[in-house]
Amino acid sequence: MHLVSHEVPLVWYLLLSAVLFCLGVVGFLIKRNLITVFMSIELMLNAVNLSFVTFAHQWHEVKGQIFVFFVMVVAAAEAAVGLAIIIAVFRARSTLAVDRIDLMKL
Amino acid sequence: MNESLHLWLIPLLPFIGFVLNGLLGRRLPKTVVSAIALLAPLVSFVVVLWAATLMIPDASVGYGGYGAMPHIENYGTWITAGSFNVDLTFVLDQLSLIMLLVITGVGFLIHIYSVGYMHDDEGYWRYFAYLNLFLFFMTTLVLAGNALLMFVGWEGVGLASYLLIGFWFQKKSASDAGKKAFIVNRIGDFGFLIGLFLLIANFGTLSFSDLAQEIAANPAMTGGVLTAIALCLFIGATGKSAQLPLYVWLPDAMEGPTPVSALIHAATMVTAGVYMVARTHFIFDRSPLALSVVAIVGAATAFFAATIGLVQTDIKRVLAYSTVSQLGYMFLGCGVAAYSAAIFHLMTHAFFKALLFLAAGSVIHAMGGEQDMRKMGGLRTKTPITFWTMTMAVLAISGFPFMSAFFSKDAILAAAFASGSLGKILWFVGLVTAALTAFYMFRLWYLTFFGETRSHDAHPHESPWSMLGPLVVLAILSVGGGWIGTARFGAFLSPILGAKTEEMAGGLEYVMMAIAVAAGALGWFIAHRMYYQRSAAAQLAAPAPAGYNLLQNKYYVDEFYGFLIVKPLIAFSKYFLEWVVDFAILGGLAWLLAGIASFSGAVLQRWQSGNIRSYAAWLALGAALMLYFVLAPHVFGVPSLHLGMAGH
Repeated sequence: MHLVSHEVPLVWYLLLSAVLFCLGVVGFLIKRNLITVFMSIELMLNAVNLSFVTFAHQWHEVKGQIFVFFVMVVAAAEAAVGLAIIIAVFRARSTLAVDRIDLMKL
Repeated sequence: MNESLHLWLIPLLPFIGFVLNGLLGRRLPKTVVSAIALLAPLVSFVVVLWAATLMIPDASVGYGGYGAMPHIENYGTWITAGSFNVDLTFVLDQLSLIMLLVITGVGFLIHIYSVGYMHDDEGYWRYFAYLNLFLFFMTTLVLAGNALLMFVGWEGVGLASYLLIGFWFQKKSASDAGKKAFIVNRIGDFGFLIGLFLLIANFGTLSFSDLAQEIAANPAMTGGVLTAIALCLFIGATGKSAQLPLYVWLPDAMEGPTPVSALIHAATMVTAGVYMVARTHFIFDRSPLALSVVAIVGAATAFFAATIGLVQTDIKRVLAYSTVSQLGYMFLGCGVAAYSAAIFHLMTHAFFKALLFLAAGSVIHAMGGEQDMRKMGGLRTKTPITFWTMTMAVLAISGFPFMSAFFSKDAILAAAFASGSLGKILWFVGLVTAALTAFYMFRLWYLTFFGETRSHDAHPHESPWSMLGPLVVLAILSVGGGWIGTARFGAFLSPILGAKTEEMAGGLEYVMMAIAVAAGALGWFIAHRMYYQRSAAAQLAAPAPAGYNLLQNKYYVDEFYGFLIVKPLIAFSKYFLEWVVDFAILGGLAWLLAGIASFSGAVLQRWQSGNIRSYAAWLALGAALMLYFVLAPHVFGVPSLHLGMAGH
């Protein structure tokens, strides 16, 4: 059984996760294209997944791993539904700029 | 256990009539409406007659298993609060039996009359529904075995009166008169209610029989609280029975259809006050002060209203003031503790005053709606039956020998004369009033039926038999209603009202009668000189224009009340209630709340930009802040903000 600290320290993983999450947040806030916004959300989800895995590994706890699978499944479903919505929106409005999609209806 | 007389049928039948006609009458043909409306009081009358035949033959021991009067029927408990208890009780005794006979009997006659009188009115069904409703409440009032149930009937007849005065509510004066009657009665009812509260506080019961027993058991109890109770009850009576100072509503109540004036505002409802005083006489008997007040108010009202009646030109208003005046006589009778004489006069008055009103209605009908006597005249030959029946009523009310009121009025005056020095003064007032009564009644009679027709566009015609029939029956009653005799009537009522047998010296009694008849004859003689031989309508104005104007304007009482009460009340409502309370305080509060809401809305709506990225930014900021507050104590070691999380 090897310890994480022998190879890469725990804090590096967490820092990477935090950086990825912040990138996701910033991308979500500043990007106008709906697809980019969507990708930013995926980025945030995966940043959280990374910290889950990290802690699971650190504490030898399998629950964290399982949780990641759940998140991935939900994210996949979300991607499918989200992309379908995006296509529908684009067909209806010929744009994917989030600032213009503010009527809460097609 | 006595067998039941099913007294509940008496009020219930008119109530059924009211419900049927009130709910379905609009869709029913007129004949069905009339049938329902007439059957209800007729069957009630038959039930009352049936009860009378079972009770009267031997009132003291009972007859045929029904027991003696009072016959009490208890239908269960109405209100229980601690030791205080009110039952739904109907009582049939000598007093309520006479009242019921008058109410359902005269009521039935007036219902018949109404079929003819209201025939062309589009509110025919509504009229009969209200009339039946009135009978329901009036019989409840009379049958009630306790003061609270009586109060229900009391308020109910007020409601029916209001509905019927304002029956032609499209007419402003009619709806105003209805409101006036209701509001003025409200003042009296307030007194009645205070009286009831005092009874509850002092005796813990409202049942008439319990109260009578309790007071009888305490011979030492006089004056004091009993005076207060008696005066409060009497205030109620002055409202309902149109006595000074609350009589002002009754003349205006003539805006209602004429049969209503006959039934409610002459024969029955307005006598409820007299009935109530007679019913609670055991309280009044213990308070000489209250009795004096009743007698003085009664005599004063009798005289006061009679003087106004002298100069009125509207035929119904003459009769209205006459009613006020005659009610004054009844209270004079009550005030000198001659209750049976008062009830006797109540009964004869119900006959002749109902007849006067119905005959006046027949005259108005003949004149095509004209009520001004100055435009009438010469109707004697055109409407002979109306003329003759009206003549009977005029003779009766004037105290013509051996007509009904001759006996009853004489009984009251004699009782007044026999009761001390105050009674002598009141007797004299009553005597003068008798002369005035004869004068204004014969004035009405001459102006209406004699001389030449003073209206050229009217084509007088006799009324249909549905109207004349009741006139004839009431004429017979007006003539013969007094033949029972004061003594026999008093003896019949004595178990309830106590025996007041102050036998006067035989000679004096006849002298009194002669004086009363002379007073009536004097009134007739003056009217004959002024209105028959010279036949000018405004004769009274010539010798005393100032007095005539004062009477013509009804002593300016309405104006006085307007100045003293109505105007200040309107000013108070307008300046204080409308501007200060409503506009400044309530309006200000409402504006303040609205201002806060709209200001905070204006600020908060900036967050609702509709821009999804700004929402996300606020979300992120919020999450970051939460994170900070949760982690800060651990990171910086400062218990900065606990957010209510105890035991951190």
